Amino acid sequence: MQMIAEITNQEMLENNVVISAEEVSVFYSDKQALNSVSLDIPENQITSLIGPSGCGKSTFLRCLNRMNDTVEGCRVEGLITLEGQDIYAPSVDEVLLRAKVGMVFQKPNPFPKSIYENVAYGPRIHGLARNKDELDDIVLTSLEKAGLLNEVRDRLNSTGTSLSGGQQQRLCIARALAVQPDIILMDEPCSALDPIATAKVEELIEELRINYTIIIVTHSMQQAARISQKTAFFHLGEIVEVGDTEQLFTSPSDSRTQGYITGRFG
Amino acid sequence: MTDISDLKSRDEWVSEGRKARLGKRHRAERRFKILGLGAILIALSMLATLLVSIGSKGYSAFVQTRFELTVTLDEAVIHPNGDSSVPAVRGASYGTLIRKALRAEFPDVKARRELRSLFGIVSKGASRQLRTMVMENPAVIGETISVWLVASDDMDMFNKGYIPRNVVEADRRIKDNEIKWFDQLAAKGATQKVFNWGFFSSGDSREPEIAGIWGAIVGSFYTILITFAIAFPIGVMSAIYLEEFAPKNRLTDIIEVNINNLAAVPSIVFGLLGVGLFLNVAHFPRSASVVGGLTLALMTLPIIIISARTAIRAVPDSIRNAALGLGASRQQTAFHHVLPLSMPGILTGTIIGLSQALGETAPLLMIGMVAFIVDIPGNVTDPATVLPVQIFLWADSPERAFVEKTSGAILVLLAFLVFMNALAVLLRRKFERRW
Repeated sequence: MQMIAEITNQEMLENNVVISAEEVSVFYSDKQALNSVSLDIPENQITSLIGPSGCGKSTFLRCLNRMNDTVEGCRVEGLITLEGQDIYAPSVDEVLLRAKVGMVFQKPNPFPKSIYENVAYGPRIHGLARNKDELDDIVLTSLEKAGLLNEVRDRLNSTGTSLSGGQQQRLCIARALAVQPDIILMDEPCSALDPIATAKVEELIEELRINYTIIIVTHSMQQAARISQKTAFFHLGEIVEVGDTEQLFTSPSDSRTQGYITGRFG
Repeated sequence: MTDISDLKSRDEWVSEGRKARLGKRHRAERRFKILGLGAILIALSMLATLLVSIGSKGYSAFVQTRFELTVTLDEAVIHPNGDSSVPAVRGASYGTLIRKALRAEFPDVKARRELRSLFGIVSKGASRQLRTMVMENPAVIGETISVWLVASDDMDMFNKGYIPRNVVEADRRIKDNEIKWFDQLAAKGATQKVFNWGFFSSGDSREPEIAGIWGAIVGSFYTILITFAIAFPIGVMSAIYLEEFAPKNRLTDIIEVNINNLAAVPSIVFGLLGVGLFLNVAHFPRSASVVGGLTLALMTLPIIIISARTAIRAVPDSIRNAALGLGASRQQTAFHHVLPLSMPGILTGTIIGLSQALGETAPLLMIGMVAFIVDIPGNVTDPATVLPVQIFLWADSPERAFVEKTSGAILVLLAFLVFMNALAVLLRRKFERRW
C-alpha cells in the first residue's frame, strides 16, 4: 500500500499539467455557482471531484469542455487553459474542443440507433475515417477499449438502448473514445448503475488512465478513493481542499473535508 | 389538542357518524360516475345521429338509375353530310338519336308537351354518354344496340323512393304519365340501379344525376399539396430555430405569443389576408388551388409550428448533450438527432393541421374557389373547387337530387378526414418513444 502511494506521488511529480483553471467563477443568470476556483489537472491521471450536491463540481466539469455554453444565461469568468491555450478565447471553436475533451454523462444516453451507429457517429462528423473499413476499425477498437466488444460483437446492429444500463454506459464511453480525445470528463458515470456494473466501469476507467486524462465527478467517496490519484473537495462553489487522494482521505487538512468524508454532512 | 389515541379508538372507526360520512362519499362517487357516463352517452349519441342522418341520406348518392333503350346509331346523324371526321362525330347530335329511341319505345305519345316530358325522363348527360361510347368504338355506327342510359334526376329520385306515388299529381314533382312510362320500362326489366361511378369520376354539373366530386377531390388534392409544400418546411424550420437556436429573450417571447394567437385566429381572416396578398398584390389567378393552398398554408403554419415545437421539446436533453459532448455542432445535433427523433410527432401534428385545412371552407370562399367549375383542374393554377366548398355549393342548390349528393360528398370528405387522422394516430403509435 505504501509503495503504491509512493509511485502515485512520483507519477504526479512527473506528470505535466494538461488543464489548468485559474480563479474560475460561473454564474447562472444572477446566481453564482462557482467562486474563484483554481485547479490543475495532471496528465494521464484520474482526478476526482467530490462534494455535496449543488457544490459546483459538475458545473466546473462542464466548463472544461464548454458544455456550459449551451446553458441559457450561463457566464464563465476566469482562465481555463488546455495545454496552455485559453479554451474560452474567441479563436477556439467549442466543437473542436469537445472533440479533444470527451464527456460521459450521469445517465447513460446512447442515441436510439444501432450500437455501431452510436460509436460511428463521432468519427463520422469529424471525418476521422476515410472509408468504411477505417470506420469499422475505429468502431471495433473503441468498443474493445471500452471492454464491450466481446459482449456486443454479434449484435452491432441492435439498438444501443437495448443494452443493460452498465453496457449502455460503456457504450457511451466507447462513443467518446471513438472521437480520439485526450481528456475524458465523467459526470457521475456510475450513479445510475448497480454495484456490479459500477465495478466494471471503474475497472475500465482505471485502464483508460494509461492513455487518457480523466476527470470524474462522483458522489461516492469510496469510488474516488478507489480509482483516483488526485481529489478536489468542493463545497458551496469553492474548492476547500485539493491533493493526493490517499492523503486527502486519510489526513484531510480542512475540518469541512474531514466532516464530509466521514459522513457528517453531504 | 385532541389526543391522538381518541381518534384511533375502535369506537370512532365504526361510529354512526363515520358510517354516514362513508355512505355519503360512496353516493357522491356513484353520482359522479353516472353523470360522466351520461355525458359520454350524450356525446356519442350526437355523433351517431350525425353519422346516421348523413349516411342514410348520402348512401343513395352512390347508386344511380339507368334505363335500357334500343338506340339506332343512324349513320346519317353521326356523320352529318357524310363527314366521318372525328370533330364531326364529336359534334353530332346524339340527343336526336335518344329522342328517336324514346319515341320508338313509347309510340302512342304524340302530343308536343307530352313528348317534351317524355324526352325529359333521360338525363341531359345521356347524349354525352352515347357520344363517348361511339367515339370509343366507331364500329357500332349504323347498328341498332341496346344501351343503359342515365335517367333524369327526377326519375332517379322516384326510383329511390324520394317521390311518393300516393300524392295528388299537382303536388308531385313528376306527373302521372311519367310514372306510367317508368312503370312500363320497369315491367320490361329496362330499369336498373347501378353503382354511380360517375359520382367519383366526373366534375360538377348543373344536372344532379351527372354531377360528380372528382373535380373537387382533385382540387382539394392540389390545394393540400400546396399547403403542405409551403407550411411544412417553413413550420418545421421555424420550430427548430425557435427551440434549438433562438435565444430566450423578449423578442422570442413576443414571437411565441403571436404564433399561439395566430393559431386561434378565425379562418375567414386568413381568407381576407389571402385576397389582399395573393390576389390583389401578387395577382395570382382567382379560384386557383395555388391561392387556396397558400391561404390555407398561412392558416396551418401556426398549428405545425406549435406541434413541431412540442415534439422537439419532448426530445430529452440527454440526447442533445450526448451529441454536443461528442463535438457535434448545434446544427448537426438538431438535424442528426433532434429532428429525426421528433419527426413522428411533427408529422402527426402536420397531418392534423392538413386535415383541418382539408375541411376548411370559409377562407376559400373569400378567394373565389366558390365558382361553378365543371372541368377537372389539370394543374395548380387552373380554376378549382374543393370538397367542402362543393358541399357548400350543392347544399345551396334547389334540386331535390342535390340533397343526396351533398350527403354523399360529406361522406367522402369524412372518409378522407378519418383516413388522415387514423394515419396520424398510427404514426404516433408506431413511433412513439418513451424516454
